[in-house]
Amino acid sequence: MESIFFLVVAAVAVISSILVVTCKNPINSALSLVMTFFCLATFYVMLDAPFLAATQVIVYAGAIMVLIIFVIMLLNVKAESGKRGAHAKTAGSVIGLFVLFQTVWFLMRGSMTGARGTIDKAQIVSYGHVELIGRELFTTFLLPFEITSLLLLAAIVGAVILAKKKI
Amino acid sequence: MLAIDNYLILSAIMFAIGTVGVLTKRNAIVIFMCIELMLNAVNLTFIAFSRYLGNLDGQVFVFFVMTVAAAEAAVGLALMIALYKNRESIDVEDVNLMKL
Amino acid sequence: MFEYVWLIPLFPLIGVVINGLFGKKIKNETVIGGIAAGAVFGSFLVACGILFQLLSLPGEERHFEKTIFTWISSGNFKADIGFLIDPLSCLMLMVVTGIGFLIHLYSIGYMHGEEGFYRYFTYLNLFTFSMLLLVSGNNMLLMFVGWEGVGLCSYLLIGYYFHKKSAGDAGKKAFVMNRIGDFGFLLGLFTLYWYLGGTHNVWTINFRELASHADLIVPGAITTTVALCFFLGATGKSAQIPLYTWLPDAMEGPTPVSALIHAATMVTAGVYMIARMNFIYIKSPTALLVIACVGAATALFAATIGTAQNDIKRVLAYSTVSQLGYMFLAMGVGAFGAGVFHLMTHAFFKACLFLGSGSVIHAMHHALHHEHSDADPQDMRNMGALKAKMPVTFATFLLATIAIAGIPGFAGFFSKDEILWQAFSNPHHGSANMLLWGAGAVAAGLTAFYMFRLVFMTFFGKTRLSDKAFHHLHESPWVITVPLVCLAFLSVVGGWIGVPKVLGEVLGGMPNYFEHYLEPVFAYSTNYMLHGGHGAEHAHSIAMEWGLMGVSVLIACGGIALAWALYIVAPGFPEKFVSTFPVLHRAVYNKWYIDEIYDFAFVNPCKACGNFLWKGFDVVVVDGIVNGVASVVRGISGLLRHLQTGMVHNYAFSMALGVVVIVGVYLFR
Repeated sequence: MESIFFLVVAAVAVISSILVVTCKNPINSALSLVMTFFCLATFYVMLDAPFLAATQVIVYAGAIMVLIIFVIMLLNVKAESGKRGAHAKTAGSVIGLFVLFQTVWFLMRGSMTGARGTIDKAQIVSYGHVELIGRELFTTFLLPFEITSLLLLAAIVGAVILAKKKI
Repeated sequence: MLAIDNYLILSAIMFAIGTVGVLTKRNAIVIFMCIELMLNAVNLTFIAFSRYLGNLDGQVFVFFVMTVAAAEAAVGLALMIALYKNRESIDVEDVNLMKL
Repeated sequence: MFEYVWLIPLFPLIGVVINGLFGKKIKNETVIGGIAAGAVFGSFLVACGILFQLLSLPGEERHFEKTIFTWISSGNFKADIGFLIDPLSCLMLMVVTGIGFLIHLYSIGYMHGEEGFYRYFTYLNLFTFSMLLLVSGNNMLLMFVGWEGVGLCSYLLIGYYFHKKSAGDAGKKAFVMNRIGDFGFLLGLFTLYWYLGGTHNVWTINFRELASHADLIVPGAITTTVALCFFLGATGKSAQIPLYTWLPDAMEGPTPVSALIHAATMVTAGVYMIARMNFIYIKSPTALLVIACVGAATALFAATIGTAQNDIKRVLAYSTVSQLGYMFLAMGVGAFGAGVFHLMTHAFFKACLFLGSGSVIHAMHHALHHEHSDADPQDMRNMGALKAKMPVTFATFLLATIAIAGIPGFAGFFSKDEILWQAFSNPHHGSANMLLWGAGAVAAGLTAFYMFRLVFMTFFGKTRLSDKAFHHLHESPWVITVPLVCLAFLSVVGGWIGVPKVLGEVLGGMPNYFEHYLEPVFAYSTNYMLHGGHGAEHAHSIAMEWGLMGVSVLIACGGIALAWALYIVAPGFPEKFVSTFPVLHRAVYNKWYIDEIYDFAFVNPCKACGNFLWKGFDVVVVDGIVNGVASVVRGISGLLRHLQTGMVHNYAFSMALGVVVIVGVYLFR
C-alpha cells in the first residue's frame, strides 16, 4: 500500500519537475514547481517529519513561489523564444544524465554511514516532531540559528539596495 | 517503512532534472526555479537520511536550507528586477558584459 | 662640545631639505643663499668648539667617538652611524666647514641671477654634508657613504649647466672615473674585512678598533693588496695617474664649485683616507713606493701640461692635480703629517686662486657681454692688465700665487718644503729617494713658472680687450672679495703653524705646532718605524736640509724669473719657441694626448663592446627571447580566448562539466 502510494506521488513529482524544465511559459513552470513542492511535502509526512512538511508548504509553496510568480507577472516575462541552440540543450541534457548516472551508481555501491541517533517513530509520536526539532534547534544548533537571522537581515538589506531605482 | 533507496533515487532524478534545467534554460527566473528544485531534491535526501539514521541533525539542516532559500529568493529576485530595469530582459544570453 | 658633533653634518642636511624642497618657491636669492651659507657657518661654529675642546685635552686623550645608532647589524658585521673626533678629522672638519662657508658666501655673489640658483645651493649643501660625513664617520662604510655622496654631488655640480653638452659629458666622465676608483675602495674594504676577520677573528670596520688591532696587519701580499685597492680609490677621487683626466674637464662646473670640490675638499678625500689608514700603509713598503711614484709622476706630469694651457681654470686644474701629486708623494714617503699639512695649506691658496679666477671670469664675462663679443671669458689670451681694474682680486691672487710657488714665509713654502725634505730623507725607498725628490723639485719649478705665467698674462702687460670692453671691467662685490681676502690671509699665515724644525730653531725655538697636533693620529706608524721598521733612519745633516731648502727656493725663483722673462720682458718669445718646437708644444698643449689614448685604449673598445652587446646580444637574443615568449603566449591565448564567450550559461556549463569530471574521477578511480 505504502509503496504504491509512494510510486504514484513520485511519478507526479518527477513529471511535474520535468514540466518545470520543459514548459515554455514561466508561469506554467512555476505552477509545476508548486506541484513538486506539494509532492515533496507528502514525502516529508511519509518520513515522519510533519513539521517540515508544513514548513515546506508554507515557506516554499506559499511564500517563495508566490514571490516568484509575483515577479514573473511584474516583469511581464514572455514565453521563451526557444532560440537557444540545440547544442546547448543536448549538452545540458548529457551533463544531467551523467549527474544522474553518477549519483545512482554511487547509491548502488555505497553504504550508509553516519552517526546513528536514537530518534524513532515512537519518540516522534510521544514528544511531537515540533518539540524534537525545536529542542535541537535551540540547544545544539543555537549559534547557527542565531546566525541565520544575520543572513536574513543581510538579504533584506541586499534586496532593498538592489531593487532601488538606480544602481 | 520503505527502503531509503527509493527516496534517494527519486531525489537523484529530481536533482538531475534541475541540473538540466539550469544548463538549458535561458530565462533567469526559470533557472532560479530549477535551482530551487535542486535544493529541494537535496532536502529530501537530508530528511530521508535523518529518518533512517534516527538523527535529527539532517532535519535541522533542512531548516537552514530553507532559510537560505528564502534569503536567496529575496536577493535573487531583486537582482532580476535590477537586471530587467537595465536591460529590459532577463534572458541570460543578453547578460554578456563579461565578453571581450 | 664633543657630544654635539652630530650637529655638524646635520646643519647642511637641513639646508638641503629646505632648499631642495622649497627653494623653487622661495625664489629670493638672499634667503636661499643665506640658509645654505648659514647652515655651513653653524657647522663651522660647532667645529670650532670641538677644536678648542680637543686642544684643551692632553695629546693621548684627543679622541672621542659618538655613536648615534647602529646602522647595520648582521652576524659579525656591525656598522654604526657614528662620528670619530680626533686631530685629523677635526682638522678636516675645520677645513671643510671654514672654506666651505667662505665659498658659500662667495657663491651668493657669483651665482647671482643664475637659473636654478636654489638647485646650486642644494647641491652645494649636499656636498658639504657628504664631505663632513666622509671625514667624521667612525667606520669605513660610513666613510664610503660620504665618499659616494661627494662623488654624486661632484657629478651634479659639474653638470650644473646641463644644457651644455660639454658640461654633461664632463660630469659623466668624472662619475665614471670615480666609479672605477670606488670599485677599488670597496674591494679594499672587503679584502681588509675578510682578512682580519678570517685570520684573526677581528670582524670590524671601525677605524679606532682597526687601529687598535693594527699589530695584526702584518706585511705581506694581502696587506699590499688592501693598500693598493684603497689607493686605487684614492686615485679616482683625488685625480692621480691614471684616473686624473676627469679633473681638468670638471672645470665645466661653476667656478666656486671648482674651488670647493675640485681644489679644496673633495679631491683631498683620497689623501685623508690614506692618512686615516696610515697603519695599513706603513706595513706595505711596496704600496708606499707605488704611491710615492704615482704622486711624484702626477706632480711632474700635470705641471708640464699646466705650462701650455690658455684657459685660466684649466691651468689651475692641472695645478691642483700636480699639488695633489705632492700630497700623495708625502703619503708615499711615510710623511703623513706633511701630506695633511700640504692638504690644508693647498686648500687655502688653491681655493683663493680659484675664487680669484672666478672673480676675473665674472668681470670678463660682463665686459665681453656688454660688447656682445662671443670671445671666451676664460681664455687668458683675452685678458691682460687687469690689476688696475681689479685691485683686490689682483692682490689676493698674487699672494696665493706666491704661496703656491713656495716662496719662503708663505704657506705653500712650509708644506711643500717639508714634503720635499721627507722625500729626500725618508727611510723607505732607498735610492729611489733621489728621483722622488728630483721629480718634486722640478715640479715645484714648473709650478712657479706656470702660476706666474698665469698672473703675468692675466694681470700684467697690455690688455687684449677692446677699449670699450676694458672700460666696463670692474671689481667684484664684497661677497666675492671678502672670501678672497680671508683666504689670501690664510694663504700667507697658514703655514706658520707648521714651521720645520730647523727653521724653527733659527726663529727662536718655534715649535712645529702642526706636527705635534697630528702626532696622536700617526703615533702607531711612527712607533712602528722606530722599532723594527725596515731600514733605520738615515743620518741627514742639518746642513743638508738647509741646502735642499735653498735649492727648492732657488728653483721656485728660477721658475718665476723665467715666467717674467718670457711673458713680460720678451712677450714674443713664446711664439718663437712654439714655432721652433711645434711637436713638443702641440703634445703639451693637447695634454700629451692622454684623453685620446684613453679613448683609443678603453673608451672605444668599451663602446664597441657595448654596441655589440646592444645590437648583437640585447636586440637579437634577449629581445628575441622576450618577444618570442610574448608571441607564443599571444598565440596560445588567441586560441584559448574563444573559450571566454562572456555568456553566463557557458560558464555554468563548464562548471557542471567540471563537477561531473571530478566526481567521476572520485567514483571510478
